[in-house]
Amino acid sequence: MTRADGNSSVTPVVSAVKVGKKFGGHQALADVTMDVMPGEVVCIIGPSGSGKTTFLRCINQLESFDSGGLWLDGELLGYRRVGEALHPLSDKEIAGQRRKTGMVFQRFNLFPHMTALENVTEAPVQVLRRRRDEVHDAAMLLLDRVGLAHKAGAYPSELSGGQQQRIAIARALAMQPKLMLFDEPTSALDPELVGEVLAVMRDLASSGMTMIVVTHELGFAREVGDRVVFMDQGRVVETGTAAELMSDPKEVRTRNFLKTAFTRG
Amino acid sequence: MAEELDIARLRHVRRPHFGRIAAIVAILIVAFLLVRAFAHGKIDWATTWEFLFWPTILWGLFNTVWMSFVCMAVGIAIGLACAVAHASTNPVLKGAAIFYAWFFRGAPVILQLLIWFNLALVFPTLGIPGLFEFKTVVVITPAVATILSLGLNEGAYVSEIIRSGMLGVDRGQYEAAKAMGMTNGTALRRIILPQAMRIVVPPLGNEFIGLVKMTALASIIGFGDVVRSAQDIYYSNAKVIELLMVPTFWFLVVVTVLTLGQRVLERRFGRGFGTGGAR
Repeated sequence: MTRADGNSSVTPVVSAVKVGKKFGGHQALADVTMDVMPGEVVCIIGPSGSGKTTFLRCINQLESFDSGGLWLDGELLGYRRVGEALHPLSDKEIAGQRRKTGMVFQRFNLFPHMTALENVTEAPVQVLRRRRDEVHDAAMLLLDRVGLAHKAGAYPSELSGGQQQRIAIARALAMQPKLMLFDEPTSALDPELVGEVLAVMRDLASSGMTMIVVTHELGFAREVGDRVVFMDQGRVVETGTAAELMSDPKEVRTRNFLKTAFTRG
Repeated sequence: MAEELDIARLRHVRRPHFGRIAAIVAILIVAFLLVRAFAHGKIDWATTWEFLFWPTILWGLFNTVWMSFVCMAVGIAIGLACAVAHASTNPVLKGAAIFYAWFFRGAPVILQLLIWFNLALVFPTLGIPGLFEFKTVVVITPAVATILSLGLNEGAYVSEIIRSGMLGVDRGQYEAAKAMGMTNGTALRRIILPQAMRIVVPPLGNEFIGLVKMTALASIIGFGDVVRSAQDIYYSNAKVIELLMVPTFWFLVVVTVLTLGQRVLERRFGRGFGTGGAR
């Protein structure tokens, strides 16, 4: 496989090489190249329309891309290479690749017709074909981990936004993913509920989970992110450790974005 | 204000509903006049009562009920397949589903009944030549013609109802299901359709009730439904209106039972939705 950096001792969890995508005439992603190493927490920041969410969605193939390549855990995403040609994978094969990632959405997207517990056990039972009673205990542990074991029987409509998002995190973790993707997980929350979700994410990061977080929470990015990526107009403008990029940005665009973001927040 | 007003001590007077009272009075008067008219009209209610549980009538009722369920089952099976095909990204499947709905919603049901029943005029035999062949007149009995015409027709309507239910499910639900590694089939079966059912059940119940009454049309091609049974009797005893009241009564009974069944389904699929039938 191709490597973005020269380091070949550890397989990156995600390896993106010149990923590009066009929506009609608009270049949503252009030459996005980055590696995410096991255990790393990468925060992607940038103005809206900068392509950060699109890139995240390419990693679990909710979005397709037109050029470049993406590897997940050493496996080429979406295509099988036969000689010099790339053949698209079937729906079933793509579903198999998605199992390695857990996704947390801005708008939670819990299944409203299922209880919190059923939301968590659904994929292990239906996708991994595990037995329901066998999955139950693990699911309760996950609910306990996000502090909501007492809400196991509640329907999403009976929970606050913060509680719903914590259930959504537990649901994603139930598939034992190698990588967790967070798409602006606190943007749809009332301000007083942001903290409880960030606390769960902080806990997850310290447990060694590999995470890519698209976020507007610059404080969280600085505190928890091993690396921060600043994107603008579909391109990676600047990458650095959280401390470097946030306090001493090299690019003008990064500096301007941080300035407006901090004065606004 | 000179003295301190204690608003809590004042009595709350209920809003008067003069309109409702007037309506109730009007309804009672009309109902009284109607009942009196029918009681004194030229209807021999004793005859109606006598034939209500007549074996021929009960046999016809049985036929009406099983035919309705079979046609609805065919309709739901076809409707589900067409709705999923319509939502597909495959242009061939989508085109086929659109054509199907266009064709079977376009032609009047009574014509479809007559065409299926007279299929023998077009194809005297059915089957694959050399392997098996049947005489069309033997295969296409009134019951088979009814199942084919009403079932295929119902499929076209049900497909649109199920499709609207699927469109009513948030896109984020598809994405969440896919992101967890579900295939399209699993996502449909476990996530999308159960939520679509909540939207689909009321119009589907409506459709089923319509279908129960549509089976009466099958009497024109000789299917022995409850209307046909009543007609058979009044041809011999000339008690026309008395006998027509008999299937009317039974249709009301069947529709009442179905309406109650619909409530149960609405409650079942409304779970987790605050607005669902339960609360």
